[in-house]
Amino acid sequence: MNTPIFSSVSSQFSISYWWSLARVRIPALYQRYPFAVLGAFILLVMIFIALFAPFLGTVDPQAVTPLNRLKQPSSEFWFGTDALGRDVYSRVMYGARVSLIVGISVALLSTLIGLAIGLITGFVRAVDAVVMRIMDGLMSIPSILLAIALMALTKASIQNVIIAITLAEIPRVVRLVRSLVLTLREQPYVEAATASGTPLMKTLIRHILPNTMAPLLVQATYICASAMITEAILSFIGAGTPPNIPSWGNIMAESRSLFQLAGYLILFPAIFLSITVLAVNYLGDGLRDALDPRLSRRM
Amino acid sequence: MSEHSQYSGQVVLEVNDLRTYFYTRDGVVRSVDGISFSVRQGETLAIVGESGCGKSVTSLSILRLIASPPGKIVSGSIKFHEKDLLHLSDDEMRNIRGDKISMIFQEPMTSLNPVLTVGQQIGEVLELHRGCSKEEARSRALEMLKLVNIPEPENRIDSYPHQLSGGMRQRIMIAMALACDPEILIADEPTTALDVTIQAQILNLIRGLRDRTRAAIILITHDLGVVAEMAQRVVVMYAGRKVEEADVFDLFERPLHPYTLGLLNSMPRLDDDSQKRLTEIPGMVPSLRTEIIGCAFAPRCPSASARCQTDSPILQDIGNHHWVACWHPNEISRINNG
Amino acid sequence: MFSYIVRRLGATVVVMAVVAFIVFSLLYLTPGDPAAVIAGDVATEDDIKRIRQSLGLDQPFIVRFGAWLWSLLHGDLGISIFTNLPVTKLIAQRIEPTISLTICTLIVAIITSVPLGTIAAARAESKTDRAIMGFSVLGFSLPVFVLAYLLILLFSLQLQILPVQGYRPIAEGFWPWLKHLILPSLALGTVYAALITRITRASVLDVLAQDYIRTAQAKGLEERNILIHHALKNAAVPIITIIGIGIGLLISGAVVTETVFAIPGIGRLTVDAILRRDYPIIQGVILIFSATYVIINLLIDLSYVFFDPRIRY
Repeated sequence: MNTPIFSSVSSQFSISYWWSLARVRIPALYQRYPFAVLGAFILLVMIFIALFAPFLGTVDPQAVTPLNRLKQPSSEFWFGTDALGRDVYSRVMYGARVSLIVGISVALLSTLIGLAIGLITGFVRAVDAVVMRIMDGLMSIPSILLAIALMALTKASIQNVIIAITLAEIPRVVRLVRSLVLTLREQPYVEAATASGTPLMKTLIRHILPNTMAPLLVQATYICASAMITEAILSFIGAGTPPNIPSWGNIMAESRSLFQLAGYLILFPAIFLSITVLAVNYLGDGLRDALDPRLSRRM
Repeated sequence: MSEHSQYSGQVVLEVNDLRTYFYTRDGVVRSVDGISFSVRQGETLAIVGESGCGKSVTSLSILRLIASPPGKIVSGSIKFHEKDLLHLSDDEMRNIRGDKISMIFQEPMTSLNPVLTVGQQIGEVLELHRGCSKEEARSRALEMLKLVNIPEPENRIDSYPHQLSGGMRQRIMIAMALACDPEILIADEPTTALDVTIQAQILNLIRGLRDRTRAAIILITHDLGVVAEMAQRVVVMYAGRKVEEADVFDLFERPLHPYTLGLLNSMPRLDDDSQKRLTEIPGMVPSLRTEIIGCAFAPRCPSASARCQTDSPILQDIGNHHWVACWHPNEISRINNG
Repeated sequence: MFSYIVRRLGATVVVMAVVAFIVFSLLYLTPGDPAAVIAGDVATEDDIKRIRQSLGLDQPFIVRFGAWLWSLLHGDLGISIFTNLPVTKLIAQRIEPTISLTICTLIVAIITSVPLGTIAAARAESKTDRAIMGFSVLGFSLPVFVLAYLLILLFSLQLQILPVQGYRPIAEGFWPWLKHLILPSLALGTVYAALITRITRASVLDVLAQDYIRTAQAKGLEERNILIHHALKNAAVPIITIIGIGIGLLISGAVVTETVFAIPGIGRLTVDAILRRDYPIIQGVILIFSATYVIINLLIDLSYVFFDPRIRY
């Protein structure tokens, strides 16, 4: 497929242009990376659900109706109701918001912060020694436990969950960026740039940064998947999203003691969570193969 | 050795119209496109050609070591003592490899397993094919080390490949290949990766061993100097096909194919004081992805005619065990042309 | 070799010191008043003050850190806020189930994943390979508790051949002990196994492309022999590295697994501690787990020399 992405400037602004572009390139992409395209599609569906939850036949996810406690899935309550009579379908739909927000925020934040730290440690030796010891220490603490420790000390809220998980994921990004920087620094074109007097900042931005984009993007997708699982686990054990805000982990947490009675309480959030995480992982694999097959050695 | 005695031995290997193709995403690569030759007991046959002419693929095809997703031995026969190797089962083939037919490779550093000792690597061929116990295999391996002139073999037998020099590693490869006294040894560019002085040592070693073991040797090389030293008969390959075959003396004195002539002319000579530029063969080796019509060498050949573009030359017997595939074989001898 | 060990031990000590520092300072670095958060919404001023005192938040950081570190080196991990029992004692009581679970999981995971990964590499690009890799992505993506419930649904509730929850100490008999650990090990081990399978495949694939494998084939060795005696040893280093790093996954997963299967181990202890915000317990658990993780990885580092004779210290 050799259709150029951008033909003439003016035609870029017509919807029909983009539509015909999509019709040509997406099937071609699907041919080569079926799972990744599938993953992207599922992710888009989840984003759609998260954005338009109020319009998808849902009721107030926090509405407590004791009369309807623990009803099996039926035509009235598509996914049944929980111990407080709340509609599980609505909670699952709204739960998508939490997982996606947490996943994407953690991925973004940890990547940006990790990138900044990694770039600095790659170039400034004094900082490198200290910072890497701290990162080693952070990485020696299993990430769940670190997140648990932080959550135990702060009030339950989505922001705190995001911060806690981000903190746990930063060291891995730092390590990746740092090793990239160290390799790239040795490249002849970087040495040439430095030798001809290019200021550090400019070297960083023009030469180093672009080469970190691909691995970082791939890593970010994996972090997103990992963060979603971590949030679910945290909520499951009661250290995550506050219980009234519906999150897939939360819904499953409430049913810990009820799963023999009301298995559907676990089933539906589990399906949605698993599919989403799977989709993101496939997308990450596809990105990795598309951008640089050699990355599959390291990841 | 007189010209006739080498033809008195039995034919041990007969390759007939071998074709090995590689099916890649960008097309079919016809690496070996119909080659035939035979090897007799005790003789040394050299297969000569540039990189990419198919000589290595030929040798790998004999042992059926072609990686089977992209590659495939499409047609032809390889008869070893009347049995067609291409029709053997995997088990039968494995019995032959390392035992009746062995191979040594170009890169001794990467061709030896870094985590096993040298003694283990030689010994395992013996354990496998001769049913030796570990102790027997070890003592036999020690003998082999002495045979290939490894100094202090008792110490070296427990060394790892990275502790040995390039020349020594190649000796180990030879020891591994000859451990089971094979009938045919295939040597794929055995000295290309070595220093010149080590090259000479290794070639001497092979020559010495050849006289002792009476194994036939198929020597793959691009170096005509090696051919002159080692071979009794020579096959010249180009673009997957055989273009000339002759006794070694005959080939150097009376090269018939323009390609062979070109190869010989491009070699520097010790007795040439004229300080002329080395003649090079103009152009490049053709891509093996497209089917070649006519003579593959025609685009680069000074003697090419219209017929060469359309008709693929067939092998002609010029007499004196000399064949050439050319419509306009060279009639003037090299010494006059020099 | 000896000097290398000493240097690595030194680095390990430094890392543990950093961990201790991080764990300790979290208390001081988190915004808001941890004492109030711990005390909860219905606490009185006195409660908060009491908690603040027991956590030592009323004293200067350095003083408190020094004292804490000192007692740490004497094996004292602090006192639980809620139960007033020494954390060390609480952990010691719960350690057997967690160790049992971890060992079973390790065995299950490694025994399945290394052969699977090797087969996937040997049959690269075939249906077998795709199936194995497909399963491994699945295993990666399913959260541990989802797997756990699935397994319970299938084996305990439908087929009724394995117990739903609980733990039997090995003193009460080998089979009951094992029976209660099968499902938890499977659930926990799947994620771990998925990771190891992926790395094994990549590493073995790398090795199979090397020239010495071709030499081994030219010697007439059969595929199984080549894979086991020639390929695996060369592929070992990345594989055992990931086994070490993946132990972190195991530890995190243990928390959830013990919750789902009602195993009274350290994971459960942590979960209970979270509910009550009993920070000293969490601190103690983190220190123990981190120390274990660091030591195991150190041992793995030192073991490289057995696999690759080219590695010199």
